[in-house]
Amino acid sequence: MNRTRASGRTVGGLRTLSLQAPAVTLLLLWMIVPLAMTVWFSFQRYNLLMPGMTGFAGLENYEYLVTDPALWSAMGTTLLLVGWVLVITVVGGTLLAVLFQQDFMGRGIARVLAISPFFVMPTVSALVWKNMMMHPANGVLAWLSSSLGLPVVDWFSSLPLTSIIIIVSWQWLPFALLILLTAMQSLDEDQVEAARMDGAGPVAVFFYITLPHLKRAISVVIMIEMIFLLTIFAEIFVTTSGGPGLATTNLAYLIYIRALLDFDVGTASAGGVIAIILANIVAIFLVRMVAKNLDS
Amino acid sequence: MTAGAAQAETITVATVNNNDMVIMQSLTEEFEKAHPDITLDWVVLEENVLRQRMTTDIATQGGQFDVMTIGSYEVPIWAERGWLVPLDNLPEDYQESDLLKPVRDGLSHDGVLNALPFYAESSMLYYRTDLFEQAGIEMPEQPTWQQVHDWAETLHDPENNVSGICLRGKPGWGENMAFVSTLVNTFGGRWFDMDWNPEINSEAWQNAISFYVDLLNNYGPAGATSNGFNENLALFSRGNCAMWVDATSAAGKLFNPDESKVADRLGFAPAPVAETPKGSHWLWAWSLAIPASSNSPDAARTFITWATSQDYVNLVGETQGWTSVPPGTRQSTYDNENYQQAAPFAGFVVDAINAADPLDSSLEPNPYVGVQFVGIPEFQAVGTQVGQMVASALSGDTSVEQALSAAQNATERTMKRAGYPK
Repeated sequence: MNRTRASGRTVGGLRTLSLQAPAVTLLLLWMIVPLAMTVWFSFQRYNLLMPGMTGFAGLENYEYLVTDPALWSAMGTTLLLVGWVLVITVVGGTLLAVLFQQDFMGRGIARVLAISPFFVMPTVSALVWKNMMMHPANGVLAWLSSSLGLPVVDWFSSLPLTSIIIIVSWQWLPFALLILLTAMQSLDEDQVEAARMDGAGPVAVFFYITLPHLKRAISVVIMIEMIFLLTIFAEIFVTTSGGPGLATTNLAYLIYIRALLDFDVGTASAGGVIAIILANIVAIFLVRMVAKNLDS
Repeated sequence: MTAGAAQAETITVATVNNNDMVIMQSLTEEFEKAHPDITLDWVVLEENVLRQRMTTDIATQGGQFDVMTIGSYEVPIWAERGWLVPLDNLPEDYQESDLLKPVRDGLSHDGVLNALPFYAESSMLYYRTDLFEQAGIEMPEQPTWQQVHDWAETLHDPENNVSGICLRGKPGWGENMAFVSTLVNTFGGRWFDMDWNPEINSEAWQNAISFYVDLLNNYGPAGATSNGFNENLALFSRGNCAMWVDATSAAGKLFNPDESKVADRLGFAPAPVAETPKGSHWLWAWSLAIPASSNSPDAARTFITWATSQDYVNLVGETQGWTSVPPGTRQSTYDNENYQQAAPFAGFVVDAINAADPLDSSLEPNPYVGVQFVGIPEFQAVGTQVGQMVASALSGDTSVEQALSAAQNATERTMKRAGYPK
């Protein structure tokens, strides 16, 4: 179906298609090739250390993975991690956004400081938390609790997942704050003023005016964070190596273990396919929810 | 070939960032001066990362590296697959017979060396002589684990930042499991029976792991589950541990007053034993090998014979100090008076290495080669999984019994999948 532009040129014809083709092909290759290879490998018996054992494996890799208690524990850990970080960053981010919207001395500096953790690389922030904050002998938290006369907590061995959640939340809270603060700035001051004159207290203003206003921004925050949080790796790699036991092994880390510690490409690929499916399930719900919010 | 010979050939050497290898890298100029037709290109990485890169490279015939630094675990497995260039007909002046026998055996396949040993290590007990004197404890010639437990109890002094004992707790087949395997061996356990059935929930394992968890939780440093070799080395050299059982290769650093606060108060003894002396200390050799995929095997061969030669040992001794020479590979190093003088631990190390027997490492017979590892490709996966479970028992996340039965299940699955029993 050819349409004609104001300039007189046709759009959507064979010529346009041929012009688009290189870009589209490249994009397809970019996306399809790795995906297809992952799917292909997931049906192969392929372990780097055993060159003799190759060939079509059927569903063996999946069967092995699905019957592995580690997979289910990793899924649970992934969801717990994503869930808690989302709750902490969204609730904390909203409250902080309201706080930083107030006029106070040094607001500019305070905002920059509050946002800066987001610009620290994940590996670096994990190292800082591991060696300077949560270390049971040299850490600030150990010093704090012992100077208060409380027992010292060995974070990574007694509260491993909590520690990871704290570190990741520390990194992502500023992101939520940044987006929500920007949204706050478009809040109509007159509306708040009017509500105040009608006798609404700060709590009522927050729940009936600020929160509905932030709804869209919050759903954007949730969507973007979810995409990144499903693949959290560096923080786990640096601090707990997925342990102790499987306490902090999420799906991404489990795939890493299978691929690069066990050198089992087949099972790792099957894990990758399962992760893609999980991410898509999450995404479908999420995109629907966000789209609904953006429409309203 | 004749035209290319005039041009310098570049070989890529992949190695670990351990102290001895860093010294090797710093001596690049010496090598290039002696061999103007060869240029060295270094890839120096942390052990785990290096292992991943080398394994993927060699398994896919990538040909990225001309020299690889691999351990006693990899050499026989890779040699069997034909991934390494066999090193027969070594030059006369290389003095192959000077290499210590257990080390040479460990790196041979069908009687031919497939890698040349760069440095080798066993494990031993380090202790603080000042603390032992204060407490009036005398170190016997061969300590037992029960004694170590009692001493740790006496010497544990968290008020002054001194732990009774430091041990590896960080999960990994080359980290906590290296140590834990020797402990299990000496408690009378083994990884597999003669039919390759795992025995990880056996009584010997239960005893060993319970002992380890109890010892380290009561008298160990805080955060033991994240301490590996390097972390413990730092703790001990800062004076935070009364005892430490680990690699003999740490001795050079601990005896160096520039790097260690306890250099003048350092005692050493053989690794402790429990039920049996068999397998109570490990054997490991870092060695240099040429992958079959290398494009410059001849230049690579020139380099690795240089870096593992007696001349190299002397070169390091003269330029870097005698405690820094790569230990554990050559009898001549231990016959060298300069080394004997600088390194009082020399005799212990060579005895420990000579006494370790990878072919007979457990009380009951076993089908595998290796003291602190099992020489089969599946062991990386098995060791990593079991290491995680042991760390989980150490952190108190699960009980020892639960951890070991989970480890047993995981190992059974992995072994069954790999087609064992064979």
